[in-house]
Amino acid sequence: MKTNHVLPTALLSLLLAAPVLASEGPTEAKGPVVLPPEVQGMPVEQAILTAPPHVPPPIKRRHAARVVVNLEVREVVMRIADGADYTFWTYGGTVPGSFIRIREGDVVEFTLNNHPSSKLPHNIDLHAVTGPGGGAASTFTAPGHGSKFTFKALNPGLYVYHCATAPVPMHIGNGMYGLILVEPKDGLPPVDKEFYVMQGEFYTQGGYGATGLQTFDMAKSIDEHPTYVLFNGSVGALVGDKALDTKVGDHVRLYFGVGGPNLTSSFHVIGEIFDRVWTEGGMKYAQENVQTTMVPSGGATIVEFKVDVPGTYVLVDHSLSRAFNKGALGMLKASGPEDRVIYSGKEIDAVYFGSAADEGSASAKREAELKAKIEAEIKANPAIASLTKEVQLERGKQVYMQSCFACHLPDGKGMANVFPPLAGSDFLKADRDRAIRIVLKGLTGPVTVNGVTYNSAMPPQPLTDEQVADVMTYVTNSWGNEASATTVDDVRRVKNETH
Amino acid sequence: MPPYNPPSMTSIVRCSLLVLALASAMAGRCEAVAPSAGMQIIPAGAYVPLQRSTRDPEQVAVESFQLDTVPVTNADFLAFVTANPKWRRSAASRLFADASYLGHWTGDLEPGPRAPLDAPVVRVSWFAARAYARWAGKRLPTTAEWELAAAAGYTTATGKNEPDFNRDLYAWLARPVPEVLPAVTTARTTLHGVRGLHGLVWEWVDDFNTAMVTGESRADGGLDRDLFCGAGAAGAKETSDYAAFMRSALRSSLKANNTTTSLGFRCAADVPVTLATSLSP
Repeated sequence: MKTNHVLPTALLSLLLAAPVLASEGPTEAKGPVVLPPEVQGMPVEQAILTAPPHVPPPIKRRHAARVVVNLEVREVVMRIADGADYTFWTYGGTVPGSFIRIREGDVVEFTLNNHPSSKLPHNIDLHAVTGPGGGAASTFTAPGHGSKFTFKALNPGLYVYHCATAPVPMHIGNGMYGLILVEPKDGLPPVDKEFYVMQGEFYTQGGYGATGLQTFDMAKSIDEHPTYVLFNGSVGALVGDKALDTKVGDHVRLYFGVGGPNLTSSFHVIGEIFDRVWTEGGMKYAQENVQTTMVPSGGATIVEFKVDVPGTYVLVDHSLSRAFNKGALGMLKASGPEDRVIYSGKEIDAVYFGSAADEGSASAKREAELKAKIEAEIKANPAIASLTKEVQLERGKQVYMQSCFACHLPDGKGMANVFPPLAGSDFLKADRDRAIRIVLKGLTGPVTVNGVTYNSAMPPQPLTDEQVADVMTYVTNSWGNEASATTVDDVRRVKNETH
Repeated sequence: MPPYNPPSMTSIVRCSLLVLALASAMAGRCEAVAPSAGMQIIPAGAYVPLQRSTRDPEQVAVESFQLDTVPVTNADFLAFVTANPKWRRSAASRLFADASYLGHWTGDLEPGPRAPLDAPVVRVSWFAARAYARWAGKRLPTTAEWELAAAAGYTTATGKNEPDFNRDLYAWLARPVPEVLPAVTTARTTLHGVRGLHGLVWEWVDDFNTAMVTGESRADGGLDRDLFCGAGAAGAKETSDYAAFMRSALRSSLKANNTTTSLGFRCAADVPVTLATSLSP
């Protein structure tokens, strides 16, 4: 033989011995773990696994146990959208996979079985596991085989699990993810309804809604341009008669995870506010009164809210192109009695004219009435009146610094022999109406201020009535000047003079 | 597939004459050797390994070899177990073939309705495949040989640059394993005249255990400082070759006595030795 067969021959001799001895290799079995007596003494129970959107019942026991979990990987063709199928790779035959519920301190004997009909090997990384690969290194399983490993649930929390076989984004992009809840030792507060929802993207060669058996598109997944972003693995999985079902008065808890492989979710329930959010699935601190919560890829959250009024509440990823164009939309339907004080529904449907209401019309009259009311209110209340003067000073200063300072200067002192001062000006102080008139209409010709004659031209100022009132208030109350505020009425009165 | 017959005297003489005629142009190679029955000649080439250590060369030179035109069928394997009773399902040791060995056959010598005679045989272990190859006077291809042959497309030597080749490959990867496999003749022929390296079943190779994907594939970079994902094969540029990565993952998950419903094999052999090649420097 011309090719070098030394290495394979050496391997062959190793392999011949392999089934007898524990052979070298990344997935060799180490044999059953020897459990210490206190673990051996723990009661053994079979984990209840549920398909989404259902959640196993809360754990009632107040002690740790040995929990047996048997999870099967199955590659199965299912509907992804109307007329479109996809070969999903699943845990337990569903996307997301079965929900696993255990308690802090449990020792889990986990068996992952890869159905014989599978084309590919698979494994599992549970984020609840402390240890290499989260279990991935110990569960790499060829089709038609099973792997078992044991782990202790050291930390409480809501954790994602997913396949970690290369290429990982493809395995996750085909639906291999789910949630495992490790309840804290004292359990979670009781609620009326619990639901399981998980978001994930799908990258297909065909476009959104293309019919037939769709194939995975590796280029799209690398570019992170999904075709579908879905709750629970198919378009409309939580819509219509598959919507989550609640009643008015229910305390609802959603266990929401994001399998990814790439996108983060901005999780929001339209029409509801999360009373409590265990951010990122941690168990210690709960934020309150949250509208939209960020859930990282490969992460989870627990949200709670009380249903107060009936209706359909829409679950979305608030990156809305995903909700409306890629399928990230689900529904929660609440039935029960209305409470119109909390939410009345539409009360009145009336015609609206906008601000250009016809003179003499009913709405114009109402507008005028309201305006008069507001002005009377302001005048009558000295606190508001004084606030008004402060506001006018602020605004007036702005007007002054745009228009007037060029000649009269920022300090109001004017320019010797050219522009008269405003600061301490006897001319200004003597006649306010005259000053308003000058601002509105300008002034040319000789004028004597503080004993000095000036002969220049002040152009009329293109200001609104409010601005004239404001800047008048400002100049008569700055640089040592003091006077009452100039109102818009004063300005209008001067404007309307007929002489 | 009948046992391999060594070339006759006549064909050796014919071959040497041809070689002498072409000797000035091509040293040491016999271009005109006809492949054995049911096999095709795969010309020499280079194989870029998916995973390699920094000590290994980037390319592996692969000499010309012969490869079965189609995978071994249920009919072929039936002939093998008929002639070799210790490889029948009820007799085979679990050391050499696990409990699913030929599970879809109706009986030891009856493939039955779930194993059509012209479909590729599956649920066979590496030991069983090797035993078959030896019985047929052949051997299993190496990973390098198999991947070199599989790189060919329908019309060119590089299938991953052909759109319809890729389309067919991805379509097969997306489909689940059918309950009953189709006949080997349903597979399209690729450039070297071989059928079904893609689109039928995964296939055993002689050195399957050198594939280096671990169960914890995200830490593969840290497994051995020198090992890393091979040049181009799984990088972002070569997205069309993730199929090679999947084959590598599948091979890594197997032990020699494992069988699966979508794993079969075909045989290889060296190019026949001729008078001319033995005389070349």
